[in-house]
Amino acid sequence: MLTFSQVSKRFPDGTTALAGVDLRVTAGEFVSVIGPSGCGKSTLLRIASDLTRASGGAVDVQTRKIGYVFQDPTLLPWRTVRANVELFAELRGLPKDERRRRAGQALELVGLSEFGGHRPRALSGGMRMRVSLARSLTLQPELFLFDEPFGALDEIARERLNDELLQLYLTQRFTALFVTHSVSEAVFMSTRVVVMSSRPGRILADLAVPFPYPRSPRLRFDERFARLAGQVSARLRGGA
Amino acid sequence: MSLDTGVSGPDEAVARGEVAAGPRVVRAGRGRWLATWGPPAAVLVAFVAVWYGVSYLLLDERRRFLVPPPHDVIRVSFLDPFNLRDLLNALWLSTRVAFTGLAIAIVLGLVLAVAMNRAKWIERSLYPYAVLTQTIPILAMVPLFGFWFGFGSFSRVLVVVLFCIFPIVANTLFGLQSVDQEHHDLFTLHGASRFTRLWKLQFPTALPSIFTGLRISAGLAVIGAIVADFFFKQGNPGIGILIDRYQSRLQSEQMVAAIILSSLLGIVVFWFFGFLAHRVVGGWHESAGGGRETESN
Repeated sequence: MLTFSQVSKRFPDGTTALAGVDLRVTAGEFVSVIGPSGCGKSTLLRIASDLTRASGGAVDVQTRKIGYVFQDPTLLPWRTVRANVELFAELRGLPKDERRRRAGQALELVGLSEFGGHRPRALSGGMRMRVSLARSLTLQPELFLFDEPFGALDEIARERLNDELLQLYLTQRFTALFVTHSVSEAVFMSTRVVVMSSRPGRILADLAVPFPYPRSPRLRFDERFARLAGQVSARLRGGA
Repeated sequence: MSLDTGVSGPDEAVARGEVAAGPRVVRAGRGRWLATWGPPAAVLVAFVAVWYGVSYLLLDERRRFLVPPPHDVIRVSFLDPFNLRDLLNALWLSTRVAFTGLAIAIVLGLVLAVAMNRAKWIERSLYPYAVLTQTIPILAMVPLFGFWFGFGSFSRVLVVVLFCIFPIVANTLFGLQSVDQEHHDLFTLHGASRFTRLWKLQFPTALPSIFTGLRISAGLAVIGAIVADFFFKQGNPGIGILIDRYQSRLQSEQMVAAIILSSLLGIVVFWFFGFLAHRVVGGWHESAGGGRETESN
């Protein structure tokens, strides 16, 4: 689905964000990328989505149906929730009734059907994030890029949205590249966790997560979960 | 943007919705009405009282014409049909000049701001001159316009445009440029054209600041119309010419009335744009309108 070989990125101001990153994500995987702040995790996603070009190496993305969710919900405040969810389909030139239909479905998937008429500012942070997810779901992405989507939420909201996103992952069958700061979030969500070093970012470890889906919230208190999270943390500290 | 609890299921958000709608219900009550309008009304009463005090206690009868008491102003200016007609005619002419100039400034200002936003070289070429309209002494330029273009409405409108174009250009440009990078990224990801980006992202984002500019400019347009009158003492008499004429004839009651009317014009125009801002962006922008009067709508 996505192959990075020896990808590097140097910005015009001379800082090197990525140095020789090799990363392969096959269809259906849920890969988390974890690393210290400023290690180029976001740059990785920007390159994958073609918002930024790599300075060196080869990038191969085998789909054009890419969903991209930022840490900020980036909703348009003057639009209602429904009109926000319709935005991408609108920009892609889909006919109006098709947009309506898809937005309705997507809102249902994230459990916000009743809130279509509200303005974003009437919603809580968690709900805004759900709207942002729904907006991307309307285009039925095959590859979903997440840039610390729940980083600004408190732990309870975050865990709840983790569960909901996993539900979507199982039903909608997309491939996910998920950037996060949180070790437990990375382990809980993913089929694989990739640990990156601080700037310039390179890959330190690539750990498989063996737990089967669907995953129960109780998995977070499982001994094997704790051991794996410990391993990820150790790698993270070792490279910082 | 407050990323507060986030825990909220649907129920909590309904509660939030009610909170958001709540103040309007309260505002509709009589107590709220009194709280809003009572204090300024009290100040008005106090002002009129001081006015009477100055007229009757401070000035003797020979000098009372300097500050004619309010009822004399009303009697001489507003109740005398002949004088009232003069005043209203002049007011109408000035209003027309102010509005024509403002309309031209709005169209021209928006076009310039969009052009500057589109290309950096246009911004670099034109913005300094837009600033210049604010920094050169426009008052000193006004006679020159009369010299070049005559003393008719054309020169007056030109003065108004010059007076009020800068706030529109500056605020619109600022608004267009204050779009978040991530919003731009979204539009880039989904292949939006430049026009789509302008129309569906930048323009709505800029609306609150555009309205800020409009309110400032609306007030300046009225000032510009009167200033132009002061300088071009020919042609159709606007309210500025009338003020000048009353002053030279020591007709202080009518002078005060003309000042009150022109102030009212400024206030109405300012209020109108505040109201418009509230209607257009009040539903989603926190600081919509910004003024007190819009909050009570």
